[in-house]
Amino acid sequence: MSLGSVPLKYKISIDRDQCMKCMRCVDNCSYGVYRIEDDKILIDSRKCTACHRCISMCPRDAINLQEKPVDYRSHPLWTAEAREDVINQARSGKIILAGMGNARDYPVIFDRLVLDACQVTNPSIDPLREPMELRTYIGKKPAKLEFTKNNGDIDLTTKLAPNLKLDTPIMIGHMSYGAISLNAQLSLAKAVAKTGTFMGTGEGGMHEAIYPYQDHTIVQIASGRFGVDIDYLERGAAIEIKVGQGAKPGIGGHLPGEKVCADVSCTRMIPLGSDAISPAPHHDIYSIEDLAQLVRSLKEATNWEKPVFVKIAAVHNVAAIAAGIARSDADAVVVDGFKGGTGAAPKVFRDNVGIPIEAAIAAVDEKLNDQGIRNEVSLIASGGIRNSADITKSIALGADAVYIGTASLIALGCRVCGNCYRGLCPWGIATQKPELVNRIDPEIGAEHVANLIKAWTLEISELMGAAGLNSIESLRGNRERLRGYMLDQGLLDVLKIESVGA
Amino acid sequence: MHYSPLNKMIREAVASGVKEIVLNNVLGQRFIGNGVRGDAKITINGVPGGDLGMFMSGPECEVFGNAEHAPGNTMDYGSLIIHGSAGDAVAHSMRGGKVFVKGSIGYRGGIHMKEYEGKRPILAIGGTSHAFLGEYMAGGLILVLGIGQEPTIQDRGIGSGIHGGEIVIRGDVDEKLLGVGAKKVEFTEEDLKRLTPVIIDFCERFDIDPSQFLDTNYSRIIPASSRPFAGKYTWE
Repeated sequence: MSLGSVPLKYKISIDRDQCMKCMRCVDNCSYGVYRIEDDKILIDSRKCTACHRCISMCPRDAINLQEKPVDYRSHPLWTAEAREDVINQARSGKIILAGMGNARDYPVIFDRLVLDACQVTNPSIDPLREPMELRTYIGKKPAKLEFTKNNGDIDLTTKLAPNLKLDTPIMIGHMSYGAISLNAQLSLAKAVAKTGTFMGTGEGGMHEAIYPYQDHTIVQIASGRFGVDIDYLERGAAIEIKVGQGAKPGIGGHLPGEKVCADVSCTRMIPLGSDAISPAPHHDIYSIEDLAQLVRSLKEATNWEKPVFVKIAAVHNVAAIAAGIARSDADAVVVDGFKGGTGAAPKVFRDNVGIPIEAAIAAVDEKLNDQGIRNEVSLIASGGIRNSADITKSIALGADAVYIGTASLIALGCRVCGNCYRGLCPWGIATQKPELVNRIDPEIGAEHVANLIKAWTLEISELMGAAGLNSIESLRGNRERLRGYMLDQGLLDVLKIESVGA
Repeated sequence: MHYSPLNKMIREAVASGVKEIVLNNVLGQRFIGNGVRGDAKITINGVPGGDLGMFMSGPECEVFGNAEHAPGNTMDYGSLIIHGSAGDAVAHSMRGGKVFVKGSIGYRGGIHMKEYEGKRPILAIGGTSHAFLGEYMAGGLILVLGIGQEPTIQDRGIGSGIHGGEIVIRGDVDEKLLGVGAKKVEFTEEDLKRLTPVIIDFCERFDIDPSQFLDTNYSRIIPASSRPFAGKYTWE
């Protein structure tokens, strides 16, 4: 018996009076929604992913898109999504694969946090007039400094650990070449070089086009060890061990063989067209002691000249895990919240595993402070950061800096359609098809991403100035500058903040 | 002596052109040869600690003793010759060169080894291996001779998730020891011809008579598919 088809996800219509048949929609849609027959543009709405490429390229605004054009009988439990997932799996017997971040309607804690501003009792600071210090150093800080006097000169005798110097607390997180296109990665690399910050290479080696920007990259070593050799480790300004990812905590990743083109095969150092499988754990890390061994091994291999980060997904016991990592000689802990994006993840993981970044940052910062080791490690937050307010709130909750991912891709055109895993991204981001990749001009892409970072940096300084703070250090972990609005007492206790009005 | 100053000395010596280094009384110092490039020969008398030769690219380390956890981890090129046994995760993610272990190895040996173009890593073991040998293997060769073992391997999970490369084990291997995604095929004369140089090389390094191993009494384990996960997912 056939289950029949499920209703259209999206319905595309063309205002035929407006349309001038320029065919840009036909040319731009890589999913094949449009075709031309007898001088008429025909539409197959079932293929639409709501990527908005056609809409953004239509010179006459003639295209309209409607989500869920067909109603189901409404039901609070058996949503259309729940019903369609059952139908899909009844047909296929397979794991449902999904792209981008968590798509469940969980409350966003950031949106229940409000920031402070000065009134009367102390003046706010005008960033136009006063210098605002947003420079951020990522890495170990000494607990104390020791000096010797030498004929009137004072010499520092404490040996300082290497730190990354950021002009803004905004970095771009790890998105590998393979998951995204070379032009997308190149745009990000140029943007971070322009704005004095860093980007992650992801697990996939480094393409030689990125070499000119290598001083602004953090190279990643994950469980598949793709593209990892001593040259790669030496190229990065820092090295990150990826243990987990917010979008899919506890599992590995599979880059499907069809995405492993000649260039991807070369940077990952694997045969053309073979699946690139990253196992769930690092098989040389089965304990916190093994992690310490890998951290030190990376430092030994690079002469203790590079900071080593450890990235984990935000999970229930994140604070205790981070405290363990902090004792492993790691220079920074990256915590990736459950709203973090991905090119592909099993939907059941993306939507159900992990905890929000806001609670994770607060818990980790608190635990490290309690144990007196917060200075030994930097804390980088990521996973669902959408704007400068989210960044400012993250820092007030205890982060040193943030990684952005999805936001930087939106700056390159992404409309969060969530079909990254299909390799057909019409914006040239999550694809390796040359004709699509060429849609990104890395110079222009870099300008857009750099603009975004600049704009957010300006907004952060304005928010800080309004709160009477002129240095990012005074904001970090400054929960007094946050209030919770309509948050329950349990969460207020975890975040260590007061309610509004208190 | 702590491993850090020791490794610094090794790196500086190799960088300055030293071709031969002998380390005596080695007692668990980790990361020896870590990330070292070049063609130096490092002789280690004693027991080196974990991650021996990790990321190493070129040198040869010969160990007169046992080795610890993960020798040859993510090694790029060069060789490790171990006159003893080694711990878990030997040759983890190794992408080139060779690791020869005269004795036996622990769990997860050769896990996620991979090859690319001319680089084809070799892990050869004189004795036996514990479970998950060649798990997630993506390329290269694992050879287990089973000297003094009957059968060669008794632990399960051989080649689970294997999607490239081959595992060659002396004698027969019980089907139930194979992991998901692995399949056993006949070891042919052709295979023997191909592997003879490796067998001879291994035996010569440890002063073993190779003639006893030059027949087709091996099991060859290869991937059932190069895309083990291709059929696992459906789209949202």
